[in-house]
Amino acid sequence: MSAVRNIEAVPGRKQVRLGRLAWSLRPRSALVPAVCLVLLVLVAALNIGRGSSDIAVLDVLRTLAGGGDHAETGIIFDLRLPRTLAGVLVGAAFGLAGALFQTVARNPLASPDILGITWGAGVGAVSVIVLGGSAGQVSGAVAELGVPLAGLAGGLVAGLLLYVLAWRRGLDSYRMVLVGIGLAAIGHNVVYWLLTVGDVDDATRATTWIVGNLAGVGWEAIGPLALALALLVPVTAASVHTLGGLQFGDDTARGLGIRVDRARAVVLLLAAALAAVATAVAGPITFVALATPQIALRLVRSPQPPIVGSMILGALLTVGADLAVRTVAPGLPVGVLTAILGAPYLIFLFLRTRKEARA
Amino acid sequence: MTRPRLQAEHVRLGYDERIVVDGLDFDVADQSVTVIIGPNGCGKSTLLRGMGRLLRPRGGSVLLDGKRIDKLPTKDVARTVGVLPQTPSAPAGLTVGDLVARGRQPHQHWYRQWSAGDEDAVAYALSVTGMSSLADRAVDELSGGQRQRAWISMTLAQQTSLLLLDEPITYLDLAHQVDVLDLVYRLHTERGTTVVMVLHDLNLAARYADTLVAMHDGRIVSQGKPDEVLTEELLSDVFGLDAKVVADPVAGTPLVLPISAHLRDEA
Repeated sequence: MSAVRNIEAVPGRKQVRLGRLAWSLRPRSALVPAVCLVLLVLVAALNIGRGSSDIAVLDVLRTLAGGGDHAETGIIFDLRLPRTLAGVLVGAAFGLAGALFQTVARNPLASPDILGITWGAGVGAVSVIVLGGSAGQVSGAVAELGVPLAGLAGGLVAGLLLYVLAWRRGLDSYRMVLVGIGLAAIGHNVVYWLLTVGDVDDATRATTWIVGNLAGVGWEAIGPLALALALLVPVTAASVHTLGGLQFGDDTARGLGIRVDRARAVVLLLAAALAAVATAVAGPITFVALATPQIALRLVRSPQPPIVGSMILGALLTVGADLAVRTVAPGLPVGVLTAILGAPYLIFLFLRTRKEARA
Repeated sequence: MTRPRLQAEHVRLGYDERIVVDGLDFDVADQSVTVIIGPNGCGKSTLLRGMGRLLRPRGGSVLLDGKRIDKLPTKDVARTVGVLPQTPSAPAGLTVGDLVARGRQPHQHWYRQWSAGDEDAVAYALSVTGMSSLADRAVDELSGGQRQRAWISMTLAQQTSLLLLDEPITYLDLAHQVDVLDLVYRLHTERGTTVVMVLHDLNLAARYADTLVAMHDGRIVSQGKPDEVLTEELLSDVFGLDAKVVADPVAGTPLVLPISAHLRDEA
């Protein structure tokens, strides 16, 4: 008898068994991420190829595999790779953060941009940009490292505030969304106030950052970003098994033995950290965290945002948007496109929710 | 006499500033069906939620196998006591199979998220509730009776020896009410499951209960066999209901016949 056998003990849930272990087999939850991954490699190669002198996709792929000529290797690795790599990592982080927020809040509106996390990061980063310029006394290495670090700190503070303010004998998801919208509005306005304080150059620099931009990202930002994700993603993966229960009402989740409030706090903090790390590097690229989990959920046909699918799709969306912007309007930050896509999506979401409420 | 597995001792339960149940003692008879009845707002659901560790006691304690339930690891409790809340909600599009599989959560770990034992438990829970053929359907597309059976199925997949059900037959038509109660009763007779239910229908409560518990204003006013508890005096005192109690011609258990106002006037 072979060790691996296909059985169908539960109708509709095909599964694979290996000894005492068994996994349910869902073709879509493996197929969709796989297809997205292939697309991501293609789009990333196209994006890397873009520049003052275009490089063909196949040449890019060959160079990445280590077979390119000297000139191409130099251009790709030194100059072009960081931008696309940042897009991949930042997009994956936003996608994952969005999936976590939406699962905990049980609300498709919940995302780091709507709930104020990215704006908290914005306050931190813009403070350093503005105060680090001629208007302030911060300079040198502090200003250099300070923007991402302050962004990270700002995002985490916003996440903590969200949790504390929305807490009243437990974390109610509806209250969390409302408090988050309030926090986002405050963050928004603090950022604009900071812009009026700073001089024109700083304000311009800050504005580009606020919109969300991958253009300026170099290798020095990739290291910390990759390290942060290497820490956060495994921790998230380990806590994922409670997410399935959190999608029910509190009583049901408690009945399943989940410590609801603690589990929510952990997931929320992880999500805030992921969003803050991503925002710190590339600014708040809106819409990615909001839409990715919902799109992934529909593609995979799962009842809750898929974790891996959201990460890959987030990366694909971000790099794809970057490529689109560079093709249509070179020089425009990627955040402009995602924001333009995000507004109609948000309206669609509201309309759909209202329809469902009526049904 | 041995100590019952689930007990409340001087328990105080409430929400925010409002105390609903204060200083209540309650022993759940092992391997029997206990049904809690009482008027709206008397604290039945609150008591059940407290017994199921959905609500932390403000005072006193709920004991599971002699240990304070709020001090036990939550997963251990979830492997022993299954709770079905009053109006559970599932995310749109969740299939019955996935819902029932969630019942295995307390048996899983981050390093072992699905085992053959889980699969067997889910298959059993689906078949015993007659839901196997609907495993692929979305929970929110089911009829009320099917949906309730799906939720019970999830609770069964937890494989607990105690089962707490909060109004499991509300919103169901009579045939489906009997269907669900028959299922619960079968679990009790075949597997020796201890069942505690909150029910509103007094006649069905009397028919299925080994022990009937009547609550009023957060206190237990009567507890015992259905024909001892369900008397005309109790209905008048607890429910403010003028009624006649006769022997149910089908089962012999008490049958409550309310005397409505227009009949009283004619008499």
